[in-house]
Amino acid sequence: MTTPLIQIQSVHKAFNGQPVLDGVSLDIARGESITVIGQSGCGKSVLLKHVIRLLEPDQGRVLFNGKDLGELDLHELTEVRRRIGMLFQSAALFDSMTVAENVGLGLKESRQYGRNEIDRIVAEKLKMVGLAKAADKNPAELSGGMRKRVGLARAIAGNPEVLLYDEPTTGLDPITSDVINDLIVRLTEMLDVTSISVTHDMKSAFKISNRFVMLYEGRIRFDGSPEELRQSDDSVIQQFITGNADGPIKVR
Amino acid sequence: MASALEGLGRKGVSFVVKLGGMSIMFGSFVVSLKGFFRSFGLIIEQVYALGVQSLPLIVIISIFVGAVSAWQAAYQFKFIGAPLHYIGDAVGKAVVIELAPVLSALVFAGRVGAGITAELGTMRVTEQIDALESMGINPIRYLVMPRIIACLMMVPFLVVFANFVAIIGGLIVSVIGVDVSSETFLSGFRHSFKMSDLINGLIKAGVFGFLIGLVGCYEGFQTRGGAQGVGKATTTSVVISSVGILVFNFIFAVILFRV
Repeated sequence: MTTPLIQIQSVHKAFNGQPVLDGVSLDIARGESITVIGQSGCGKSVLLKHVIRLLEPDQGRVLFNGKDLGELDLHELTEVRRRIGMLFQSAALFDSMTVAENVGLGLKESRQYGRNEIDRIVAEKLKMVGLAKAADKNPAELSGGMRKRVGLARAIAGNPEVLLYDEPTTGLDPITSDVINDLIVRLTEMLDVTSISVTHDMKSAFKISNRFVMLYEGRIRFDGSPEELRQSDDSVIQQFITGNADGPIKVR
Repeated sequence: MASALEGLGRKGVSFVVKLGGMSIMFGSFVVSLKGFFRSFGLIIEQVYALGVQSLPLIVIISIFVGAVSAWQAAYQFKFIGAPLHYIGDAVGKAVVIELAPVLSALVFAGRVGAGITAELGTMRVTEQIDALESMGINPIRYLVMPRIIACLMMVPFLVVFANFVAIIGGLIVSVIGVDVSSETFLSGFRHSFKMSDLINGLIKAGVFGFLIGLVGCYEGFQTRGGAQGVGKATTTSVVISSVGILVFNFIFAVILFRV
């Protein structure tokens, strides 16, 4: 049996004494498109940030390709991070740089590419997300959807093996959300990547993933296919996917 | 009483935590120095943005610092009956040893320290620092090291200008307002001037610059929450830097200027 690409093993994480992740374990195989769903504030983004060691577990460990991220030195961690691309919730574009500089920064800092090659890759990635003409714009001049697409171009600039999407459609209108969803599906197929998305947008989740995990009260409540999720008779899951105010999930 | 003690204890603990955090950032800064040449372009950018662009402000405040020190010296000389031809000695010593380094550093903390914290704090709350890390870029080398180096270099550079301009300010007030000739003022200044005073003033300025950079970056990196968090961090940064400058200034006075 092949080792899963990403292994999250009994991860516990608390902030100010408040537990957010309470023993989460999850294996993600190469090529999977997994979506983590759950209420706002349930720890989805926290879980995602553990995969790239932006956060470290209080207990438990996260393995990438069989290596414990917590035991890597800065150089090894940098190598792992270059194999992962992340789209942040707010796109997190560097506002002191142009769109092209944002997309090319990781390549430039890796010192593995010449200037012409970086320009070529940046142009190619911006074209892939439909923003070929926005290269010289500043992030402040872009709409929310465009910012997400630039974030996506930046995430795929180094041809990563894994893409992490943190709420890729939050704050966007339904049509722009669908454009982003289509883009994610297309890029996932085109680049042959493993993807982990966190979202509470169910339409987006069903479109972009072939496996669902639901986080509830710091633990994994569900792990299965989209069909199994739809057919689940768990009242918590049904309340979440139908979006009802009445049910076992209470808004905090 | 118990709650007051509890509050005091909590403040004490958070102060120690801050000191610990700053020490860790200092250690990371030292380690990141091996990327000095790689970050050279970023350092030059910061030297210009933080240092060169502060020059007009430093020039303006220094003129008035020199002017008021000449006026106050004349006022006190008159009060104690000292001869006014010592005014150049008094202004020169006060400016070179204390006024130029300390006031320039305080103004720099207000302009640059606050700016660093606000910029890095905004980057922190908008996940830009996380984005850098996720791309395999060490934010200490990329953001912190160039800013601390720029502060460390540029405060002494600005103090050289501040010394010069403040002496000119003092000279103008002495000639126009106090009726001391420029020759008398300058001969007094030359008489009291010691190269070691100038060098000690510049050493102090370097330490103040380093402190402003370190505190500014630390508070920026620690920012949590939204706009309110950025505002709070910026205020804290200026307060810590300003108090730190005055505390270190006293320590330097005791060590460098023996009485």
